[in-house]
Amino acid sequence: MEYEAVIGLEVHVQLNTESKMFTRVAYNYAAPPNSLTNPVVMGLPGTLPVMNKGAIEKTIIVGLIFNCEIAEISKWDRKNYFYPDMPKNYQISQYDQPLCIGGEVEIELPGPSRNIMGKHRKVQLTRIHLEEDTGKSTHHALDSTLDFNRSGAPLIEIVSEPDMHSAEEAFAYLTAVRTNLMYVDISDCDMEKGQMRCDVNISVREVGATELGAKVELKNLNTISGVRNGIEFEIERQIKALGNNEKIVQETRLWNAERGLTASMRSKEEAHDYRYFPDPDLMPVKIEKETIERLRSHLSEIPFDKQRRFLEEYDLPFTVTSVICPDKSLSDFFEAAVALYNKPIPIANLIANDLLRELSAAGIEGTLPLSECKIGPQHIAGLARMVDDGMISKQVAQDVFIEIFSTGEAPEKVVEEKGLKQSSNTVELEEMCREIIDKNPKPVEEFKAGKENAINALKGQVMKATRGKANPKIVDEILRKLMAE
Amino acid sequence: MSDLFYKTAAELSDLLLKGEISSRELTQAVIERTQAIEPKVNAFLSYDEEDALMQATISDERIARGESRGPLEGIPVGLKDIIAVNGEQLSCASKILEKFNSPYDATSAINLKNAGAVLWGRLNMDEFAMGSSTENSAYKVTSNPWDLERIPGGSSGGSAASVAAGEAILAIGSDTGGSIRQPASLCGVVGLKPTYGLISRYGLVAYASSLDQIGPFARSVEDVAILLQALASHDRLDSTSIKTEIPDYRATLEQADRPWKLGVPSEYFSDGLDKEVGAAIENAIKFFESNGCEIVNVSLPHTDLAVPVYYIIATAEASSNLARYDGIRYSHRSDRAVDSIDLYFKSRAEGFGEEVKRRIILGTYVLSSGYYDAYYLRAQKVRTLIRQDFMKSFEKVDALLTPTSPTVAFKIGERSEDPLAMYLSDIYTISVNLAGLPGISVPCGFNSDKMPIGLQIIGKPYCEADILAMAHKFERSHDFYKEHPKL
Repeated sequence: MEYEAVIGLEVHVQLNTESKMFTRVAYNYAAPPNSLTNPVVMGLPGTLPVMNKGAIEKTIIVGLIFNCEIAEISKWDRKNYFYPDMPKNYQISQYDQPLCIGGEVEIELPGPSRNIMGKHRKVQLTRIHLEEDTGKSTHHALDSTLDFNRSGAPLIEIVSEPDMHSAEEAFAYLTAVRTNLMYVDISDCDMEKGQMRCDVNISVREVGATELGAKVELKNLNTISGVRNGIEFEIERQIKALGNNEKIVQETRLWNAERGLTASMRSKEEAHDYRYFPDPDLMPVKIEKETIERLRSHLSEIPFDKQRRFLEEYDLPFTVTSVICPDKSLSDFFEAAVALYNKPIPIANLIANDLLRELSAAGIEGTLPLSECKIGPQHIAGLARMVDDGMISKQVAQDVFIEIFSTGEAPEKVVEEKGLKQSSNTVELEEMCREIIDKNPKPVEEFKAGKENAINALKGQVMKATRGKANPKIVDEILRKLMAE
Repeated sequence: MSDLFYKTAAELSDLLLKGEISSRELTQAVIERTQAIEPKVNAFLSYDEEDALMQATISDERIARGESRGPLEGIPVGLKDIIAVNGEQLSCASKILEKFNSPYDATSAINLKNAGAVLWGRLNMDEFAMGSSTENSAYKVTSNPWDLERIPGGSSGGSAASVAAGEAILAIGSDTGGSIRQPASLCGVVGLKPTYGLISRYGLVAYASSLDQIGPFARSVEDVAILLQALASHDRLDSTSIKTEIPDYRATLEQADRPWKLGVPSEYFSDGLDKEVGAAIENAIKFFESNGCEIVNVSLPHTDLAVPVYYIIATAEASSNLARYDGIRYSHRSDRAVDSIDLYFKSRAEGFGEEVKRRIILGTYVLSSGYYDAYYLRAQKVRTLIRQDFMKSFEKVDALLTPTSPTVAFKIGERSEDPLAMYLSDIYTISVNLAGLPGISVPCGFNSDKMPIGLQIIGKPYCEADILAMAHKFERSHDFYKEHPKL
């Protein structure tokens, strides 16, 4: 018997608004526990929520990039359940009138190799709604502590249709969601910081069957790799169970990353009855057409569209585009440099290789953000131009890059001051080459005997003597000419 | 000066501005009155004489500097213990909030402070405003100043009783299904529930959010107008607060008066109405008729559905609003719990009273999956019909005249074992909350036991000025407001 998995994802993403969803308190991940609260956050008796317009607009932006229908009227509902980190013991959410309806996310499946683009497809969305985040419980040996900083932070939930069939697809979907959201700057989507969280619904059925199997909800997938591993395990578990004629029960299971398995958390019978009802403290939201158009007019190209354009317009290699395009600041940087000096490929290579390497090396915690680095598009453009003009060699360019990356100096200035200009003075070079030939009879002999490679040793000597300033192409020409004499 | 505590805020404000009395003297008089009769009335859960005198001193200084903040400057105003005042207890007459002090001010409290009022005491009420007799307080039973063996009405029984007994010049309460108008009627004072959204609910502990409104109590309509003026304001902290032009309620008491068209809904004069109450209302209707008003019979056909609809919507909202009292943060925590789930059960079981539990259970039930459509959704639809009934009659009339309560105050304990009988106390007031309309109760006579009777005037949305003018005219043409209980 052959089985297929059917997978849907519920992705929660914290919005990076100035203040929380229903009150004017900021949220940030690193603040000391319970320092970002006020009477509303703590759900004190008598307090009331007031909508954060910025969060609504950010949610609409997400809806627009994923081609959702934006609701004309949306409303707030209370989701009632008791949990110690939820101060009101209900969460303000959206039940039957979410802000965004339908939509799709374009994903790229892994290609046959790193250098070849994989297959693209669109994953259908059910909805996107806005809600408030809960606080955070930490359980210790003898007690538990609560931190309400996160409580009330704006959170969107992106619900996909059961439209994926493998862990790879789910992984690609999550990556695409993350890339797109970071592109429009609505969240940093850092799973480690809980800015992005993911629950997965998985069922398995016989290939060709039209009905879905019993659905298992998978929670506690705290990293992107956790999502992939958890799904892989769960699919296998369900297929194995079906193969043994066991029944799959509808339940919620937790992924245990340490042990690499999922375990039952609660069954369908123990599921909450959330007793949703419209929140009487909040008015429904009416979204004006003008608001949608204003937000739409500020939208930039989505990453995959940009990648397609970069491949076509700049003729860049796929691997380079797959490094540059998912990062908006990097691709903007690239285009700014190209605007200064229209040689896309060397510029892209400088960015994808040298710049990313240095950023990664300079970061204290992860990669140094591009905004904090000292060089700009004009540095890259200048460097590329000097290499192209034969003023410096690629090797020197690398050294100059390291130098300007740490100082922020103009590359032209560094080359000038350090005397790194590539020597193209043939008289001088000829003299030097002649000297090298005289001093190294052995490789000269070998070369003359037909060992083509032997010239490299001589070239190396010349480069060394000129401290890399010589143009290797010219050196090659001179050496051949002299040895042919 | 004798009996300062029975003068109106309007009179006292004059005396204060002329320098004939000081706020300190006035506040002292109210304190002494309270100390003398509170053992009989039990209107307050707590009060702080020192703090009140300190506020009065500051008021006197402002008056001396010519910086009076208006007619409430230096006037002691009592607050129902459901409205947050920074640093003061906020128990809602419940054990579950026994040790809770509010760290913030309700918008109404800020408005009162900005108007120069002396905030005076925490007034008793039915626990979380659930009740019609103030017997559901976890702490004490308040007596009706006109007959100490009777209830003062509820849930704002402490507010009504304190004003009637001269323990406060003015008071504020909250009204979800009649909790201002019914006790005002039963205690022989004036009480107004404004249009939903006129006064901010920020800092009013929620019972049923879509019905709750704060409102004023006083011994004269003019005083109610003065207090309403200070309380009505648009508030960014309350999304249901309405941006509307707020008229000068005191000035329009006389200006707005005209030959009104007044509706009398037949459904409000049915079987349950006490004969003596009915007769007093008939007299009031005749008064308006003989003073140039046109009396029109109208019908509010969905009236009999108001009580069931109310007990679905109000309890549903309450079940969610009261979920926050869980023993985790600021509310009562049981010390007998064995685990975290048990902590919820025991803390709530110990902290809430019977009536509150009854309503939470009912509300939880009507919102449950599978029952939502049949109860909550249906009730919301009927609520719309009830509002339409009113709006239709307002096409023909300016306001409606009805009894506030079907009976005068009943005896303490008389209905406490029969929740349904208790629920019917609000039969004439509940629809007004469901429709979000303004309603005022003004004294319109006494029965043969010398118990006060109240006339309810229901107005169009945001037409508080109209019903105040009507009530004022009625009040000034009668002597009921001059009478005080003998204590």
